[in-house]
Amino acid sequence: MEEKGKLRRREPITDTQLLMTITICIFVGMYALAILIWGGGFKKPQMLFDMLNDNAYLIIISCGLTIVMITGSIDISVGGVTALVAMVGVMILNGNLHLFDGIIAAWGLSESFRIVFALLMSLLIGLAFGFVQGYLIAHLEIQPFIITLAGMFFARGMITIISVDPQKGPQALMDILQKRIEMPWLGSPNKKGVIIPARMEIGVVIALVLVVLVYLLLRKTRLGRSFYAVGGNRQSALMLGINVRHSRFMAHLLCGLLSGIAGFVFMMHTGAGNATNATAAEMNAIASSIIGGTLLTGGVGNVIGTFFGVLTLSTIKSIVTTSGLRDPWWQSITTGAMLCFFILLQSVVLMRKNRGKK
Amino acid sequence: MKDGIVLTMRGICKRFPGVMALDRVDFTLRKGEIHALMGENGAGKSTLIKVLTGVYAKDAGEIHVDGVDEAISIRSPQEAQSYGISTVYQEISLCPNLTVAENMFIGRTEGKTVNWKAMEKRAGELLDSLGIPARPRQQLSSCSLAVQQMVAIARAVDTDCKVLILDEPTSSLDDKEVAMLFRLMRDLKERGVGIIFVTHFLEQVYEVSNRITVLRNGNLVGEFEVDKLPQVQLVAMMIGRELQNLSVIKKESGAASALREVRYEAKQLSSTESRPFDFYIGKGEVNGFTGLLGSGRSESVRAIFGADPVTGGEVTMDGKKIRVAKPLDAMKNGIAYLPEDRKRDGIIAELSVRDNIILALQVLRGMGHPISRAKAEEFADEYIEALGIKTASSDTPIGSLSGGNQQKVILARWLLTHPKYLILDEPTRGIDVGTKTEIQRLVLKLAEEGMSVTFISSEIEEMLRTCSRLIVMRDRNIVGQLTGDELTQSHVMHTIAGGGGDNE
Repeated sequence: MEEKGKLRRREPITDTQLLMTITICIFVGMYALAILIWGGGFKKPQMLFDMLNDNAYLIIISCGLTIVMITGSIDISVGGVTALVAMVGVMILNGNLHLFDGIIAAWGLSESFRIVFALLMSLLIGLAFGFVQGYLIAHLEIQPFIITLAGMFFARGMITIISVDPQKGPQALMDILQKRIEMPWLGSPNKKGVIIPARMEIGVVIALVLVVLVYLLLRKTRLGRSFYAVGGNRQSALMLGINVRHSRFMAHLLCGLLSGIAGFVFMMHTGAGNATNATAAEMNAIASSIIGGTLLTGGVGNVIGTFFGVLTLSTIKSIVTTSGLRDPWWQSITTGAMLCFFILLQSVVLMRKNRGKK
Repeated sequence: MKDGIVLTMRGICKRFPGVMALDRVDFTLRKGEIHALMGENGAGKSTLIKVLTGVYAKDAGEIHVDGVDEAISIRSPQEAQSYGISTVYQEISLCPNLTVAENMFIGRTEGKTVNWKAMEKRAGELLDSLGIPARPRQQLSSCSLAVQQMVAIARAVDTDCKVLILDEPTSSLDDKEVAMLFRLMRDLKERGVGIIFVTHFLEQVYEVSNRITVLRNGNLVGEFEVDKLPQVQLVAMMIGRELQNLSVIKKESGAASALREVRYEAKQLSSTESRPFDFYIGKGEVNGFTGLLGSGRSESVRAIFGADPVTGGEVTMDGKKIRVAKPLDAMKNGIAYLPEDRKRDGIIAELSVRDNIILALQVLRGMGHPISRAKAEEFADEYIEALGIKTASSDTPIGSLSGGNQQKVILARWLLTHPKYLILDEPTRGIDVGTKTEIQRLVLKLAEEGMSVTFISSEIEEMLRTCSRLIVMRDRNIVGQLTGDELTQSHVMHTIAGGGGDNE
């Protein structure tokens, strides 16, 4: 890293690094500004942790979406898959799916094994979506947008079919899932002056671990680099000896798997199964990836940027709410405006950087 | 296999439906030589390269490479690479978003993980040893095209390559970049790499290569040492006439053209694709740009029409100063342009013949003034009749017509706008002989009626038959204007070949 600082002037940084840096700077700047202007809530570390708690699932989805976007593809089924997984998970916990009740009774397992089954089903459903969509997109070369649009409708439809009622997981199990990591050293006093420790959910830990794993995958592995090559120029990637089909397939498989995990984390956070779960999550994930410096055209992007993209998006929403504009449409309008601003900024920056080059 | 020979191809044949693309072609490449492969469009250069790299399967013939005893068969570019045959294409096939080092190593490393440090170190060494001005951690798109090409060459060289094929590597480079590339090529030559250099630029061939193989219409014309082959003879072989056999085809008065009133004049006109040039055409004159493929003849007329972004120059039409920045400006000033690539720039395959015909006129009238259906029918029928376009009806999609008839429809499209100045870029390419003469006759008739026509064709005879003045281009510069008695094959060839041919 010190080497990078030394060489910066001579060594032009890559588009990916540049866009990521911009995002991080903007996030830090925006948060600092929020602390200065509104103080109060933003000063408490818990504000940041609440953002992470609420958005852990979105961070995971966005990681998956960043992968497919780097390959120049798109997946809009992620929100639906997340919701479906969350619903199935809650139903397993509640004993609405008799298959699992049977297994538990037959093997004499304890009730908490329901959590294990819910997790396994999450991974399975996620992989299944990723596998089918990936196969159709990579091997049969069907438009990713169409396929995953179908996937989204399918997942949303399945939720309505299987769900009985809005569900709530049993308290005993939810207590395990919603255990929070308490950090008294980051606590802040409440109105009565008692120090309330900062709380972070387990889902956040999962999300952070996944961000690191995906970062390493994209940076250090041959598969990860092939995603960039395929997104940069598919024909060239082929000529350079890369298995383009395999790369595209794996990108969608990983994205499906991550949506599955995101569904589980979503269930841990809300503890509820509801047909309208994670509505528009795919759109928020796309927005976060773009804000984080991933280009829709492919070949450029980074999950660290995406992580800050999610935080930026949620900071914008917090700021809107804090400044007194409580009606939900204000959030949408500001998000839209910010997204526009980011895309404009990105293209201006890239254009200036690559000016004069053919 | 003899010593010092890295590649022999013997009796290579390749047939495509209706054409013999390669007919018993031989090719020999020696160790440490730069061997130019020359020929005009359709000569079979790229087919030969594609056979060698495994893109096409040959129908007959043998390929031997150094180090393998038997004749080899190459079925894919990967297989070619395993025999030490690497290709760097004109369109750079690297990923612009990756770093230089990654582009050199991606897709050919072992193991599941990437060792950035080792990769960048190795890339740095290779770049240094070849004298390529790029840094391993630089993003490829931040390099100039020439450097990108050199990175591609470095990648190819690093795969233990004995035969390096450079397919038109200089076509989008400027002089300085070409010099840089040549330095690298000479360096590789010293290391014993055999280089096949495919290009259209005569001067570059003479500057850098040792030997030339000339192809024409899928046949081998011969293999020559560069020093023993004067440029004019090379041109003659490529175009296909032995100098002694040249007959004078046209001896009409060209002096008249000098007296004509000037219709269009350009001073130091330049575009992103063409160098500044002066040009004029008189009323009722037919003139033409000639030169080898890639000499800049199409780029010049594209600049006149504003088809490429114009970067400078002054233009007058009938004595009035005009500004042509885009095709619509040209159209409004009465200039029409029939593009070289009919399929890409000309026809809209899904639309009917009628809609294709009225397209340019509709654009000129603007979207607020649609041409009525009845009027469109009338126009279409008029021109289908006048030009003898063979189509079932004016409703037929143009895509289903033959090439010659498609060309006539595009011609009709422009004639309908009653242009004062018509530019035809390769209007007769790939169409049957009958239609060719019809189009030539039409050109002369239009000129008689006062229209100015600029005509471009790869076939010199065709140009000599129709044009009263020829502008000759070589390596993107105008090198001569021929009129009157000078309009002979041999004169044209000498001018194309340039000074190199005059002193033998």
